[in-house]
Amino acid sequence: MPVSAEPFLHLARVAKTYRSGTREVVAISDVTFDVAEGALVALVGPSGCGKSTLLKILAGLIRHDSGTLRIGGAGFDAARDIGVAFQAPLLLKWRRVLDNVLLPAEILGLPLRAARDRARDLLALVGLAGWEDKYPYELSGGMQQRVSLARSLVHDPKLVLMDEPFGALDALTRERMNLELRRIWAASGKTIVVVTHGVQEAVFLGTQVVVLTAGPARMADGFAVTLPEPRELACRATPEFGDYTQRIYARLGM
Amino acid sequence: MVGRHGPAVLAHLALLGLWVWATTAGGVPRFIIPGPMETFATLAAPHYAWAHHVAVTAGQAAAGFALAVLVGMALAVAFTWFAPVRRALMPLLVTLNLVPKVALAPLFIVWFGYGLLPNILITFIIAFFPIVITVARGLAEVEPELLDLVRVQRATRWQVFRKIQLPSALPYLFSGMRVAAVLAIAGTIVGEFIGSEAGLGFLMLSAQATLDTPAMFMALILITLVGVGLYLSVVVLEALTVTADARLR
Repeated sequence: MPVSAEPFLHLARVAKTYRSGTREVVAISDVTFDVAEGALVALVGPSGCGKSTLLKILAGLIRHDSGTLRIGGAGFDAARDIGVAFQAPLLLKWRRVLDNVLLPAEILGLPLRAARDRARDLLALVGLAGWEDKYPYELSGGMQQRVSLARSLVHDPKLVLMDEPFGALDALTRERMNLELRRIWAASGKTIVVVTHGVQEAVFLGTQVVVLTAGPARMADGFAVTLPEPRELACRATPEFGDYTQRIYARLGM
Repeated sequence: MVGRHGPAVLAHLALLGLWVWATTAGGVPRFIIPGPMETFATLAAPHYAWAHHVAVTAGQAAAGFALAVLVGMALAVAFTWFAPVRRALMPLLVTLNLVPKVALAPLFIVWFGYGLLPNILITFIIAFFPIVITVARGLAEVEPELLDLVRVQRATRWQVFRKIQLPSALPYLFSGMRVAAVLAIAGTIVGEFIGSEAGLGFLMLSAQATLDTPAMFMALILITLVGVGLYLSVVVLEALTVTADARLR
């Protein structure tokens, strides 16, 4: 990455305070980091550290009250170029799997024939080929989450935001999904920001980690993670991996 | 199907049996409860013009019901889109809902005269409340995260309504419509009782004037069948949309 290049994502002293009546709650403060295009950023921290708030700010769902936020440079269209996957799969119960994946494309008014082909490809990518015509209730929680993942990619966004996408899954499914996520990231070349409260998960997933703390809610650390690619579950046993997790635990005061 | 619905069919037949028994072995006088044969025989009496009166009642009930569904949904949507409208009108609606709508019928006759219009309006006013209340709740109870999901793509208010709120409120709409269908037929008959020259309610009063109990029974049965028709059309519509795609799971 040339030094002169504008970062894909630029945050400088971004802060957000919620006000209800006379009470003020600082959701996040002092968030400063840059992200290169194609990175996989893990936002890690305990409950109440504002990581979901930060993600919603990136998604354009809420506005920060101070600081600078730039996404994607010239030609970046937030509606078109951002995809999101939340903690819950949030599938529409009355739509079949394929039609669920198509939702963002419909909202954006993209040509549906091409979008349908793409949705099929994405379902194959997340391992759900042959499930296009099922209803969500026919899928397991992990499968629903994969549909949600495919949906976040259907309009070919440049930036994908994920809010604890596997938080509700059991530990084993979660590890499998983390491997999937890394594979999808590597295959798609997208910039992905993923929120997690798992320290190990953050280091395993991220090429870059941002540590947020609660009380006061602020950014405590941000660093690049250099581990051999493609990452395998075994890399968690290496000393380098341990160093990264130790660094995060230390920042969280543990 | 037979196995599942068997008990229900049996219960209906048992009621019919009780009717036959009461009017024969039971010894209930005919001018109080006529027998089934006698009752159905009145269908042949030309001066009652059953078909015409059934059509009038069914038409009024269906029109009032349809109006209630349309206006009720429109108001519920307005409540969802314009919070101040909801805050002002929702409590008012709850208050107005406590007015016994049946008691409005004489006023409607004064305002709108005899005939179709007042009866359709009485049907409408009775059937309308459950629609507004259930649809407004259905539209309001959409998961906020589901709305966030489409707001990321800058969905228009219409898209949010069309793709998220309306489909997820449909089960609520249908439960409102089931209640409204039952109320609608009652509203129509009340209207016909109070001021009308046609319809099964009117016919029932005419039969009462000549103490023709069998005709009154026949009118009652036909009123019920019109109600059943309205209710079944809601059930079928529901089966074709909401149940078919497993929205209720």
